[in-house]
Amino acid sequence: MNEMANSVTSINSQATGDNVLVVNNMKKYFSTKDKDCFVKAIDDISFTVRRNEVVGLVGESGSGKSTTAYSIMGMHSITSGEVIFKGQDISMLAIKRPKSLKREIQIVFQDPGTSLNPQRKIGEIISMPLRVHNIVPRSQTEKRARELLDLVGLPQDCYYKSPRSLGGGEKQLVAIARALTTNPSLMILDEPTSALDVSIQAKIITTLMELREQFDMSYLFITHDMSLMRNIADRIAIMYLGRIMEMAPTADFFEKPQHPYTKMLVSSIPVVLQEEEDLKPVQVESQGEIPSPVNVPPGCRFNTRCPEKFESCLVDEPQMVKVFPDHYVSCHMHDPRT
Amino acid sequence: MSKKNEKTANTSVASRSAVRWDNIKRNWYMFSRNKISVVGFVAVILIILVAIFQQYIAPYPEHSSAYTNFSAAKLSPNSQYWLGTDASGRDVLSRIIFSFRGALIMGVGVIMVAAPVGVIMGLLAGYYKGRIVSTIIMRVVDIFLSLPSLVLALAISAIFTPTLFHSMMAITVSWWAWYARLVYGAASSIRNEYYIQSAELIGASRKHIIFREILPNCWFTILTKMTLDMGIVILMGASLSFVGLGAQPPKPDLGTMISDGYKLLPDAWWLTIFPAAAIMLIVLSFNLLGDGIADMLNAKEV
Repeated sequence: MNEMANSVTSINSQATGDNVLVVNNMKKYFSTKDKDCFVKAIDDISFTVRRNEVVGLVGESGSGKSTTAYSIMGMHSITSGEVIFKGQDISMLAIKRPKSLKREIQIVFQDPGTSLNPQRKIGEIISMPLRVHNIVPRSQTEKRARELLDLVGLPQDCYYKSPRSLGGGEKQLVAIARALTTNPSLMILDEPTSALDVSIQAKIITTLMELREQFDMSYLFITHDMSLMRNIADRIAIMYLGRIMEMAPTADFFEKPQHPYTKMLVSSIPVVLQEEEDLKPVQVESQGEIPSPVNVPPGCRFNTRCPEKFESCLVDEPQMVKVFPDHYVSCHMHDPRT
Repeated sequence: MSKKNEKTANTSVASRSAVRWDNIKRNWYMFSRNKISVVGFVAVILIILVAIFQQYIAPYPEHSSAYTNFSAAKLSPNSQYWLGTDASGRDVLSRIIFSFRGALIMGVGVIMVAAPVGVIMGLLAGYYKGRIVSTIIMRVVDIFLSLPSLVLALAISAIFTPTLFHSMMAITVSWWAWYARLVYGAASSIRNEYYIQSAELIGASRKHIIFREILPNCWFTILTKMTLDMGIVILMGASLSFVGLGAQPPKPDLGTMISDGYKLLPDAWWLTIFPAAAIMLIVLSFNLLGDGIADMLNAKEV
C-alpha cells in the first residue's frame, strides 16, 4: 500500500505548479442488478495533464476511456479517488461545481450529430455559453460568435443554419467552437474524429492544434488511433480494462515500449511499406479479446492475453513503476518487488 | 471599418430571412407531397374563414337566433333553403354556418389551456425523470387518464350550469393529461441526449434547458397532437351539447341541432344529416391537416 502511494506521488509530483489536471487513484464502478457485482469501468487510475500539453489516452473499446472523460467532466460521480484541477478539488458532480469551473473545462463529444441540438441555429448554439457566463456584453455576443466561426474556419452563413444542414466535419467544428467560447484551459476530446470521414479528420486535427497554440490550452485526447497520437500527443497513456498500463512521452512510447500490451498495440499499427514494418521496435502477434470489466481476471488484468506472463502475473496486481524519466509502466517484469 | 461592419450586418439580416424562407419552403414541400393533407389544410382555412365571416356568408343571418316562421317550417332542401328548414322554420345552412364559430372556439379554447398546462407538466416530469417530482406528476396524470374523458366532462358540466364555457372547462380538465404524457415521453428521452448533457456541463440554467433545448424538440409532436385534437375536442363538445350540456338554444350548435333533429327522423332527415356531415367535415379536415404535419415531422427526422 505504502509502495503504491509512493509510486502515485512520483507520477504526480513532477512540476506540480504546471499541472492543469491531476487524477489520483480514480475509480468508477457501476452497479449492476446483482448487488455483489460491479462493472469496474475505471479501476484505480492516476495521471496528470500539464499546461499546454496534449495527453493521449488510448485503449480498446471498453477500456474505460470515455468513462474517464465523463468522470473528469462530472457527468458521473466517481466511486473513489480525487480529481484536482489547478489545485482545486473537483471530484464532485458537474451540477455541484461552481460556474467558474465549468468555464475552465470543456468537452467535445464523439458524435457531433448528437451533441448539437437539431432545433437550434448554429449561432444560438455558439452564443449560449457566451450568455450563460457573461463573457462578452449582450450586444457583442453575435459579433463574438461570428469571430469564433471564423476561428474554426467555418463560413459566416452558418450562423443561421441548423445543424442538420451541415456535414459531420462542420458539425464537429461547431462543437469545437462552442467549447472554445469560454476560453477553457483544459479541453477533453472524446474521440473527436472517429465519427468523421478520413478526409475531414485531418482538417479537424489541424484546426485543433492551431487553436491550442492560440488559446494556451491542454488537451486530454481520447482515441484508439495510435498513429494519430504519434503525430500530435506529447505523452500517451494506454488504458486496458479500466487501468493505465503504460504512460510515456510519445517518442519513448513508440521507440521503447515496455509493457507487452503496448508492444502488441505498437506492432499492430497498420503500415504500407516493409521499411516501416522493420522500424517497429518489436513484433508481437495480437491475440484474444478484452475481458468483461465485471469479471476482471485476478492478478495482472492483462494475463489472459499476455505472451510473456509468469506465475506472479496470475496472482499479484502489478504496481506502476518508473522505468525511464517520465515513463511509467505497470508490469511484473519491471516491478522491483518481483 | 464602420462601412464594412454595416455591410456584414446587412448581409446577415439578408441571410437570416433567406434561411427562414428556405425553411418554410422545405416544410411546405414535405407537407405538400401528400395531396390529401393539402386538401385538409385548405378545408381548415375555409372553415376558419366561414367562422369569421359568418354574417356575410350565411343566406339568412337572422335565423341564427330565436327566429320563427312557421309557414316555412320543416321544408326539405330546395332552391330557397338549400339544406331545408327546421321545426321553427329556420334555415339549416345558416344555422350550420353560425355554429362553426362556437365549434372552433370550443376546440381552440380547450387546447389553448390544456396544451400549455400539459406540456409544462410533461417537460418537468421528463426533465426530473426518476425523481419524486416526476413520479407525483405522472401518477396524477395516470389518475386523470384512467377516467374516461367524456364521462368526466359529462359529470363536470352537469354540476355547473350548461354553457359553452363550462363544457370547455370540463373537457380541458380531462384533456391536459394527454399532453403531459406525450411530452413526458419525448422529454425524458431527449433529456439524455448529448446536447442536453453539454448544455448542463456549460452551466445553462434549468429554465434554459427545459424551454430552449428540450421544448423545441417536442414542438412538432405537440403541434401534430394539437391539430388532431381539434377534431376530437369539437366532436366531444358536440357530444356534450347533444345531451344538452353545451351551448343552450337558441344559440346554434351542431350537437344541439342533431339532438333536436333526430326526433323527427326519418321524415325530416336533413335536420340530422347535414349538421352531422358538418361535424364530420370539421373533424376530417383537422385530422387530415394533423396527418400532414405528422408526415412533415417524420420526413424531417429521417
